[in-house]
Amino acid sequence: MEFYRSHVLVCGGTPCVLEGCKGVRDALIAEVKRRGLDREVKVVETGCLGPCDLGPVIVVYPEGTLYQKVRVSDVPEIVEQHLLKGRVVTRLVGEAPQAGVVKYEEPTYLGVQERIVLRNCGVIDPESIEEYIARDGYRALAKCLTEMKPADVIEAVKKSGLVGRGGAAFPTGLKWSFTANADADQKYILCNADEGEPGTFKDRLILEGDPHSILEGMAIAGYAVGANKGFIYVRGEYVLSIERLGKAIEQAKALGLLGSNIFGSGFSFDVEIRKGAGAYVCGEETGLIESIEGKRGEPRIKPPYPGTEGLYGKPTVVNNVETIANIPPILLNGPDWFRQFGTERCPGTKVFTLTGDITNKGLIEVPMGITLRRVIYEIGGGIPGGREFKMAQTGGTSGGCLPKELLDVPMDYFTLPEHGSALGSGALLIMDDSHCIVDIAECFMRFFEHESCGKCTPCREGTARLHEIVAKIARGEGKPGDLELLDELGSVMQVSSLCGLGQAAPVPIKTMLKYFRDEFEAHINDRLCPTGTCGI
Amino acid sequence: MKTVEELERIRKQAQAMTRLREGKETTRIVVGMGTCGIAAGARETLSAIMDELAKRNIQDVVVTQTGCVGLCEQEPIVDVIKPGAAKVTYGKVTKEKARQIVASHIVNGQVVGEWVIASA
Repeated sequence: MEFYRSHVLVCGGTPCVLEGCKGVRDALIAEVKRRGLDREVKVVETGCLGPCDLGPVIVVYPEGTLYQKVRVSDVPEIVEQHLLKGRVVTRLVGEAPQAGVVKYEEPTYLGVQERIVLRNCGVIDPESIEEYIARDGYRALAKCLTEMKPADVIEAVKKSGLVGRGGAAFPTGLKWSFTANADADQKYILCNADEGEPGTFKDRLILEGDPHSILEGMAIAGYAVGANKGFIYVRGEYVLSIERLGKAIEQAKALGLLGSNIFGSGFSFDVEIRKGAGAYVCGEETGLIESIEGKRGEPRIKPPYPGTEGLYGKPTVVNNVETIANIPPILLNGPDWFRQFGTERCPGTKVFTLTGDITNKGLIEVPMGITLRRVIYEIGGGIPGGREFKMAQTGGTSGGCLPKELLDVPMDYFTLPEHGSALGSGALLIMDDSHCIVDIAECFMRFFEHESCGKCTPCREGTARLHEIVAKIARGEGKPGDLELLDELGSVMQVSSLCGLGQAAPVPIKTMLKYFRDEFEAHINDRLCPTGTCGI
Repeated sequence: MKTVEELERIRKQAQAMTRLREGKETTRIVVGMGTCGIAAGARETLSAIMDELAKRNIQDVVVTQTGCVGLCEQEPIVDVIKPGAAKVTYGKVTKEKARQIVASHIVNGQVVGEWVIASA
């Protein structure tokens, strides 16, 4: 084993890849070698560090210095000044939330964050199973297989209070118990990585930054419910996620952490990857199952639920990536440990993707129940350009839009619905006062019309009519009664659509009508767009 | 993998490899790499320290650099800081001296008194 005095971690998450981190990494390796430091300094590609709009981002250990917006042309200076002479290149450190020196245990740039799901993202080399094992990887699986009965595992997950992080917030332990109690010759574990919600990219970055945590979590789920086969359904566009998952599966098989008779327990588990072709509705669990079976991606009528009749008609657990990533630490540290984070009703953390009009865009993980105000102003750095906060959409395009009056509402799976919104998958879209609500609504409704699979009438017709009415209002052709019609149509869709797509599509419209009704009325009654966006 | 012990063995090995990312308190060797230090041969001193640590398979030591501390005359300067102990500063550390400091101070815990220029 080689001893290095310094590790340079280059963020290899997709946002940094797009900013050119591969070139920076190659330049670092070449320059380190040219300077004769290649025996002393190790360059490691890692997963997402979080500050996605500051990429490419690199961290130099042991100092823990975070450099942002690193260009290939900066590399010689970093190598000469920092790696050779030990002088921090302050011009690349930036003033943003980190003040120069970050430490592995408590990186200061994370602020009030709490990292459970992202515990390894940006810390380990995701393509090295050894580095995952160094951070207690596969110890939870070992503990489950050698010390716990399957029923104990389910009981621990139930006690932890973990609820599904894909958006529906169904208690994970309860879900597992349905499948565990079902009598069948074959059961399946599915990992839903078909992250289709616009503005959400957490699952992608978890898969890229820590693929082994998903394999370990799935294997634990398999042991708990009696399944020996798992599929990860991942979006075809997530090229890097697929590549890293593939490598992780190979490595785990080589070490016997997947395969037959793991830890001599008699339990066997295998994982395969299935690529999705980019339909929003395939993120719905039964649509996803249809797609894996090779059929058209359309939701099934429920019940029966997948827990008892899922993939190929067999009992199937479908869990989101983030849910599964929570499993190994819960089993390793116990449910009580997990419950110290978040709120009583909703323990643990939530990973959010901050996008839109906010200074620090990127990936964060915070305790459940944190307020929108703290996320936007303490972690997000506020609204740039001296503008005012107007609205935040929580939970992606199918989530509600909250005005500034609701900035202090705790964000968890139970409180937000009381205000007509949803925590959903954890996308946070922030908009400043330069945007027109009707214009945004038109954009959202266009999306749903496009993504409706067409199987059930309320969704197929409803999404089209919602879009039609909103588009008319945006063009200045709205008429009295339109708002009431939108509201009524939305209510019908919510109770009668077959799956989450049609049920959630009216959510943004309904919250906009509730909190920003005056803007709609200005478009209809005065033929006026208050922000001047709509061109009427 | 058939046993938990096997996992534990890999974990221990891998932890040694990534220890310096943890920021935990451990022995630190700090080499003065200001212009004065480099001119006096600090680069060779640093390489010798790295080489000696590698030869002896010592993993739990962090090696960093620092700038000029104002004692240019004494360069290359090397600090050895053990957890809970006072900082020991060596002056005029050639590569040969550097190897000996690793052997004596780091491995055996014996400060090489005659080369010490400050201790606080």
